[in-house]
Amino acid sequence: MTEAAVQAPHSEYGLWSWLTTVDAKRIGVLYGVTAGIFFLIGGVEALFMRTQLMYPDNTFLSADTFNGLFTVHGVTMIFLFLMPMNAAFFNFMIPLQIGARDVAFPRLNAFSYWVYLLGGLLLVSSFVVGAIPKVGWTGYSNLSSSFFTPGIATNFYVVGLLVLGTSSMAAAINFITTIINMRAPGMTPLRMPIFTWTALVTNFLLLLALPPIAVALGQVLFDRTFGTSLHVPSGGGSATLWQHLFWVFGHPEVYILILPPMGMVSDILPTFSRKPLFGFSAMVYATVAIGFLGFGVWAHHMFTVGMGAWGAAIFSAITMLIAIPTGVKIFNWIFTIIGGQFRMTTAALFAAAFIPLFTLAGLTGIMHSSPPIDWQHHDSYFVVAHFHYVLVAGSVVGIFGGIYYWFPKVTGRMLSETLGKLHFWTFMIGINLTFFPMHFLGVDGMPRRVYTYQTGFNFDTWNFWVTIGAYITGASMLILIFNIFKSLKSGAVAGPDPWDARTLEWSISSPPPEYNFVELPQVTARDDFWHRKYELKNFQPQPDNQQVHMPPPSYWPLITALGLGVFFTGFVFEWYVLPFIGAPITLIAVFCWSFEEFEM
Amino acid sequence: MSEASHEGGHHTSLGVDSRKLGMWIFLASECLLFGTLIFTFLLYRNKGIEEPNIPAEILDIPVTTASTFVLLMSSFSIVLALHAIQTGKIKSFQRWILTTAIGGIVFLGFQTYEFTEFVQGGLGLSTNVFGSSFFMLTGTHGFHVAIGVIWLLALYFSSLRGGLKVDGALKVDTMALYWHFVDIIWIVIFTVVYLFAVV
Amino acid sequence: MSTDSQTQEHHAGDISHPTPKTYAIIAVILSVVTAIELWVYYIEELRSLLIPILAVLSTGKFALVVMFYMHLKFDHKVFSRLLVLGIILAFGTFLALLTLFKFSHPFGLL
Repeated sequence: MTEAAVQAPHSEYGLWSWLTTVDAKRIGVLYGVTAGIFFLIGGVEALFMRTQLMYPDNTFLSADTFNGLFTVHGVTMIFLFLMPMNAAFFNFMIPLQIGARDVAFPRLNAFSYWVYLLGGLLLVSSFVVGAIPKVGWTGYSNLSSSFFTPGIATNFYVVGLLVLGTSSMAAAINFITTIINMRAPGMTPLRMPIFTWTALVTNFLLLLALPPIAVALGQVLFDRTFGTSLHVPSGGGSATLWQHLFWVFGHPEVYILILPPMGMVSDILPTFSRKPLFGFSAMVYATVAIGFLGFGVWAHHMFTVGMGAWGAAIFSAITMLIAIPTGVKIFNWIFTIIGGQFRMTTAALFAAAFIPLFTLAGLTGIMHSSPPIDWQHHDSYFVVAHFHYVLVAGSVVGIFGGIYYWFPKVTGRMLSETLGKLHFWTFMIGINLTFFPMHFLGVDGMPRRVYTYQTGFNFDTWNFWVTIGAYITGASMLILIFNIFKSLKSGAVAGPDPWDARTLEWSISSPPPEYNFVELPQVTARDDFWHRKYELKNFQPQPDNQQVHMPPPSYWPLITALGLGVFFTGFVFEWYVLPFIGAPITLIAVFCWSFEEFEM
Repeated sequence: MSEASHEGGHHTSLGVDSRKLGMWIFLASECLLFGTLIFTFLLYRNKGIEEPNIPAEILDIPVTTASTFVLLMSSFSIVLALHAIQTGKIKSFQRWILTTAIGGIVFLGFQTYEFTEFVQGGLGLSTNVFGSSFFMLTGTHGFHVAIGVIWLLALYFSSLRGGLKVDGALKVDTMALYWHFVDIIWIVIFTVVYLFAVV
Repeated sequence: MSTDSQTQEHHAGDISHPTPKTYAIIAVILSVVTAIELWVYYIEELRSLLIPILAVLSTGKFALVVMFYMHLKFDHKVFSRLLVLGIILAFGTFLALLTLFKFSHPFGLL
């Protein structure tokens, strides 16, 4: 029955239907699967590094390979896993949560995905051609100049990020338009689910933070390709310029990675506590405040550069301010659980675990807002511990909560709770054993990004246990993968509303029909589905298998993305014929695209 | 079967078309793009300057004033094109949209002339960071104008073939927003890059 | 964002845009202001005041194009908010950066 529910006008099967799809749900699945594969690649890279660091003076990896691995690990996890995984949830959930049939620009949506995929393949191809970038995920100048990193390896970093930025920019325009303009009747801003709110703020951050990094990457590309010196001190440029422009993007980027999981947690906890989110409006304002403040704190990543007492004091103070809206959020989550009838499902466990884990990440974060402490911790494992608590114990744990919560909606089948809990506990042990001792290593002075250490610095024991923790984390991931495949095959059928949830996506069948809603819902309250179920008591399930006119599939987004891919690949391999082939392909594809009828 | 079908079409929360909204969202991000480029230029405008490349002397104010005027007037002609298509005067629309495209081409001609003069005068892309940041800023702007010209010509030829009957006014409105934005960025560049050079 | 505006269909032509005459007046003003800018540029006595004068004049031109040619004066206010957001963020960020480079970095432009 769940399979049959997908029967909609042009929902066909086979490769071609996926290549030409403009359905946000299918694109969301594509995003999710691709990001999941990159997550595994990034994880394996991490396991290689941890194996090298398991013992002092280890020779498992060379220094050179290690440099490549930590660069690609960072880039993969941030740009190829976390951001697109968030985009997967945006694609699937935003239209459902706001009561829309699709996103505002379905074809632009497909374009975003294809550009992301090509950018990811471009970055991974650096392994194939044996030219792995070794500049760190921050790509500082003038290490990234052609003097210090000659050859094409650094081009993969520079151009790869430009391509991925293009994808995120297109997606950001699309999602912002969708949330502002495609809401169901009555879905006023303060009635929107909190995940949609975090998605809105996240996409505004992307929209406004990507241009500075795009320009900076363009400058580095010009430095490397056309001999300019914009980031090269010997030619009159400034090496500090890159750091500033990078972090003007890089700090909002942190919130780009953590806000959507915060939104997931904020949707999961009320469902499993059977009460509304505590302080909903405060949560919304806190999200917006974090978004705004996030643009004013970039230089706290650069305290060690030196910026004088005033510069350091101002950035330090604004950074500390961010603790206020973050604290509001933490209290709201706690008070959502307190007094509710908490159900210990796997999704709820991940969401609840997010609270203390993220608090810990925030605590070490606020320590770094003080310049003297930051100088002490800079480039040590303490910083590595801090941002892995933000991104793994925060973002990834939140996303796992989201996966357990929404998997039934996406596939129509339940994930196994037994395996889920096994995954939860092994993952908790794994990540905490991996990342918590890194605090000690950092305070003891172990520098990050160095391929080995000598014995006798008190680093040996903790490094051993950190590596064991990494293996446990890796093993725990296998449980999740097994759980997903097992459930796809033989999981219990979910039905439309397996969790007795609150928001609109649960009011339609699982998986939802291509058109989502036969009749756009008339929203009268926050948590409208719950309101209709329990307060108005007039909820009627929507009929399935209806004929609703939806935008037809299109291959132009794919061809446009391919053109762009050819264009940028030329800059990676310094083969300047390709841009002249790629540009016309892109132009012609955009032209043909614009002659298809505009839908939605 | 349900006849709810096409209702989703132009029914939006704010009552504005999504394409126009999308364009404004894009323009918000363009503020940051040109902001970064202008900032880099301001950071470097006095760096590595030596004879004969003194900015105040090499920048050709009369020629740039002429090209500025052309771009301002193309903003005028595109609002006339928009007004024409909104009132159904398709011939008038075609005349004005073509005028706008020609204005853009003339502007690009001025820029090509200017760049050629600079390079012949010894200031190339990689001569110094002043040159690099100048060419990257004005070049990025020129690239935007070039995209705009292609877009304008596409609209023109599309309307010759009767292609703007559906949503024509909206398509022109959206394009015009882009074109005006390129114009206001030039207003800033003309002042900050060219006229401030003597200070 | 009101619910009643959701019920009405919208086309670009619905709003009462200015007439071509208004557009022409704006074009004349823009040209005249550009001429004044050029004049100010060539007056040696005004050199010390060049930046503030030109800043005001250019902002005026900017505002005229945005308000009338881009219809922000007449259109939905969400558009104005988006533009203002972009401008404020760009202005704030890059003013801060210029200040940092001028006063704070001990090694200047290195």
